[in-house]
Amino acid sequence: MFITVTLQLLQGFAKTVELFALTLLFSLPLGLLLSLGSMSRAKILKYPIKFLIWVIRGTPLMLQLMVIFYGPGLLGNPVWNGMGNTGRFAAALVAFVINYSCYFSEIYRGGIQSVPVGQYEAGQVLGMTRGQIFRKVVLLQVIKRIVPPMSNEIITLVKDTSLANVISVTEIIFMGNSFTKSNGLIWPLFYTGVFYLLFCGLLTILFGYIEKKLSYFR
Amino acid sequence: MALLEVSHIEKNFENTKVLKDISFQMEEGQAVSIIGSSGSGKTTLLRCLNFLEVPDGGTITVRGEKLFDASEKAQESEEELRKKRLHFGLVFQNFNLFPQYTALENVTLAPKLALEKPDSESLGRIEAHGRELLRKMGLENRENNYPHQLSGGQQQRVAIARALALQPDILCFDEPTSALDPMLTGEVLKVIRSLAEQHTTMIIVTHEMGFARDVSDQVIFMDKGVIAEQGTPEEIFTKPKEEKTRQFLSGYTNPN
Ligand SMILES: Nc1ncnc2c1ncn2[C@@H]1O[C@H](COP(=O)(O)OP(=O)(O)O)[C@@H](O)[C@H]1O
Ligand SMILES: [Mg+2]
Repeated sequence: MFITVTLQLLQGFAKTVELFALTLLFSLPLGLLLSLGSMSRAKILKYPIKFLIWVIRGTPLMLQLMVIFYGPGLLGNPVWNGMGNTGRFAAALVAFVINYSCYFSEIYRGGIQSVPVGQYEAGQVLGMTRGQIFRKVVLLQVIKRIVPPMSNEIITLVKDTSLANVISVTEIIFMGNSFTKSNGLIWPLFYTGVFYLLFCGLLTILFGYIEKKLSYFR
Repeated sequence: MALLEVSHIEKNFENTKVLKDISFQMEEGQAVSIIGSSGSGKTTLLRCLNFLEVPDGGTITVRGEKLFDASEKAQESEEELRKKRLHFGLVFQNFNLFPQYTALENVTLAPKLALEKPDSESLGRIEAHGRELLRKMGLENRENNYPHQLSGGQQQRVAIARALALQPDILCFDEPTSALDPMLTGEVLKVIRSLAEQHTTMIIVTHEMGFARDVSDQVIFMDKGVIAEQGTPEEIFTKPKEEKTRQFLSGYTNPN
């Protein structure tokens, strides 16, 4: 039984990791665009983005998942139907990407704004171009400042993927839970925790390593 | 012909006039000190010269070339602006060194980036020049230290070397010792003094009156956005004509 459960959970864990990785793939760059927009001087860009961030950060991700999955159908355009599990996964991915882009954009914004204006001015009076100032002076300082909050947020994402359960995405909790229903076993559900722990542990080590790499300057 | 000619510079922030009709000239090899109380516009003037602020009126001319003319509101390309900036260097009150680079890298970064084709020969030349400048600043053992490993006085000397590396026509200092412990001001003033002895053209905003008196060829006293009085150190410090100058100087009872 243990082997059967482990294999099932591994399948679910593969979905979890897939949702996690694809969310990062899209939301890391999208978050950067949102942060640049939210700092833009163009009000037509800035205010709608700030509004979006406010809504997304002010409502539960679980609710967002449900709105994105069931909403289109209620509006008479059931985009996710007819795709089966793929539709559920796609809906979850969209919700996660929107949600995490907003959180990441705030982290980027904090990082960019924490670089003192004197750094830009020092580059300017040394005759550097805007591109050079960004790449050679500002970028690494921003990265150093965003690594700790980013690692927090990314580790939260690992665990947040379990929320996709509410729209029946076959991630690891869903798989664990299936044994409760079919075999009356509760321990497979608890066993899922081991997978999360190992994955988060791995990420913690990775981020710790990056932080250490960047600790040579202040 | 004067090396630098500043004429009728005006600068407003919103509705406050921060610089009003600022005009002065300086010759090559001169050191000009700017003194005046906090808020009188000294920093803003240096920022205008370095094109960190755009004046609302007046002209700035270097070696006969008009770098800035407020009456020509021409849109300049970033490229042109950068070229003009290189006539001036600026040493900031709080150093603004780049924290992720060593002392030597701070000094060589901008010259390296400015190279058209970075071959090993030019890179080597820049490195050697950088080391030479740090040696002149008394920092030969500090080349590979990061800014956070240096004292304030050492950081400011790196910043001076960094500004000198681009060989500006005029090097500006904005209160270079104000952010330093009294213990450390001496070492920074010493290197500025030696630059003055080598006839580096400099504009120095400072509250160190004894120092200004010693090293300057000309002293400018600013008050509320205008040049209230200017002259030789002798004229300003020994027999100031203006009551305002006298009042300001009396605040410094023991100039060195
Ligand atoms: N960016 C700015 N926006 C608005 N006011 C400014 C700005 N920079 C300086 N000022 C004002 O201009 C005046 C002169 O400032 P500054 O040039 O820094 O004087 P100083 O360097 O002589 O102390 C001050 O009243 C200051 O508040
Ligand atoms: Mg000032």
